[in-house]
Amino acid sequence: MSGYSVTEPSPRQKWIAGALVIGYAVITILPLVWILITGFKSPSDSISYPPKVFFEPTLEGYVNLFTTRTRVSPETLESLPPPETWYDEIVRRNDLVIAGPSRYGERFLNSIVIGFGSTFLSIFLGTLAAYAFSRFKVPLKDDLLFFILSTRMMPPIAVAIPIFLMFRQLGLSDTHLGMILLYTAVNISLAVWLLKGFIDEIPLEYEEAALIDGYTRFQAFYKVVLPQAATGIASTAIFCLIFAWNEYAFAVLLTSGTAQTAPPFIPTIIGVGGQDWPAVAAGATLFLLPVMVFTILLRKHLLRGITFGAVRK
Amino acid sequence: MRKGVAMAEVELRNLTRRYGATVALNDVSMVIPDGAFVVLLGPTGAGKTTTLRLIAGLDRPDGGDIRVAGRSVLGDTPAQRDVAMVFQQYSLYPHLTVRDNLAFPLKSPILRTPPDEIRRKVDEVAQVLQIAHKLDNKATALSGGEMQRVSIGRALVRRPNIYLMDEPLSSLDAKLRSDLRVELKRIQAGLGATLLYVTHDQIEAMTMATHVGVLDAGRLVQFGTPREIYEDPVSVYVAQRLGLPRINVLPADLFAGAPSRAATIGLRPEHIVQGEGATSTVTRIERLGDQTRLHLSLRGHPVVTVADAHTPLKPGDELPIRPENPLFFDSAGARV
Repeated sequence: MSGYSVTEPSPRQKWIAGALVIGYAVITILPLVWILITGFKSPSDSISYPPKVFFEPTLEGYVNLFTTRTRVSPETLESLPPPETWYDEIVRRNDLVIAGPSRYGERFLNSIVIGFGSTFLSIFLGTLAAYAFSRFKVPLKDDLLFFILSTRMMPPIAVAIPIFLMFRQLGLSDTHLGMILLYTAVNISLAVWLLKGFIDEIPLEYEEAALIDGYTRFQAFYKVVLPQAATGIASTAIFCLIFAWNEYAFAVLLTSGTAQTAPPFIPTIIGVGGQDWPAVAAGATLFLLPVMVFTILLRKHLLRGITFGAVRK
Repeated sequence: MRKGVAMAEVELRNLTRRYGATVALNDVSMVIPDGAFVVLLGPTGAGKTTTLRLIAGLDRPDGGDIRVAGRSVLGDTPAQRDVAMVFQQYSLYPHLTVRDNLAFPLKSPILRTPPDEIRRKVDEVAQVLQIAHKLDNKATALSGGEMQRVSIGRALVRRPNIYLMDEPLSSLDAKLRSDLRVELKRIQAGLGATLLYVTHDQIEAMTMATHVGVLDAGRLVQFGTPREIYEDPVSVYVAQRLGLPRINVLPADLFAGAPSRAATIGLRPEHIVQGEGATSTVTRIERLGDQTRLHLSLRGHPVVTVADAHTPLKPGDELPIRPENPLFFDSAGARV
């Protein structure tokens, strides 16, 4: 291409746009990078001032994250057989021995079960509800949709006490099911509204064609509407997962023993044996991974989802 | 019964459909004989597409009955009615390839066609419609004409009770359109299939139809063979639906000999004898190659007729004309 074009930006405009995007990306990614490198610092490096950018990396933070440790006297330490593993060795440098695994793994697994479970449920119910609102004559449709939206008009934590009492009565406190239901209840309004928008954009004619081609209404929904709503479902799923994954207040309030998720657990590391920032950073780094992987996997859909309706073939 | 095709006389009884205050279809009754090729004519909003949708089961009538082979199908789902439909807006499944689009009805839970038969039928239809080279393309990566052919193909892979086609050739270029016109008629006649076809195209109506139904604002105003509709229209409205160039509608008193009740006289271009009668002036000449259209002015009224391709007439010339076998209509537009 040469010469003047109305739609093609000039090289200088491209440079400016690129610099702005990169600058913004650096600013937003800096805290994440800081967490990532703090996870590999020793506790003393992590709190040194001025902050250290160059340091000797260690896995101590990660070892501390996954273990509980006890302090032993130097004499006892001497009497022990030589460390069997690399993480034993790291721990013994601080006159400690590993007493057992920490509960981080368990909490992380809880987060996975509750986060993905509630996302799946929100999307499942949300898609069906959105389809019904989009296609059928539902009595009081606008009022119902407004009602669904109104559940998000105050911060969910405002109803924490009634929910706490309800959960206690129903035996849902500190259960996976309880947390899945709670996060689904919060997410469902977002899911219904977003998905209804996406399904509204899918012309009715495709379903009519499928009905005539010998399929039932549900088969037409499954075979024709769902594949075309994939973009919307993917972006909605990411929003739902991010909320359920990061939710802190209800998790603190409603879980303690069995169903506690990672967010309320990570700060408790601070209380155990001093301010172990590398362990906290290690916990946060690992905690970011599933959402990151999920988002990267669905990235193509997400970008298309956000521009949906603006440019449509 | 012919092989593979069920007897499918389709009868519409007093069919009425309203959308809010507008009456899309008003008390329409029609018998579509088994094996007939029925063309519905009428301007936009006359109720042509509504008729197809009611027969397909995509819409429910507010009154009346639809009977296929003597049985009311009002309670049946579209799938149970076993109709194939070609939509005006193609409605190809955008997430599927052309091949999968064509195979989609064959894979339905009702037909459950074995894979090798699906492949055979799809290839056969793709050949007929000249889209075999596009079979592996996404349906969205086609031109309008190609999409329209895939849409026709999706109907032709099946052997339904009745085919419903909503302007199926409208997006094709002239050459392909005439190819497919012949092909569609051949397939329909070969199968003895019953077909209900909506078009604006006069050639399609005249060459393919065994019957033509003319709709006007939701009412069926005439139903008959193409020849009846053309030669013996019940009203000026019907007369204007067919004929190219269109019928000339002039005040009846322009010529002597009109019946007393006649308000207008309808003159098809071939109903005008040149060289005798009232004097008109040539205003414009359109040379189409095989014929030449003459635009005349007769006492201030425009008249269009056809002449020999190599006519020496030119604008400004005077040409006497005389009606022959004209149609007369009263002030309400009905035939006299």
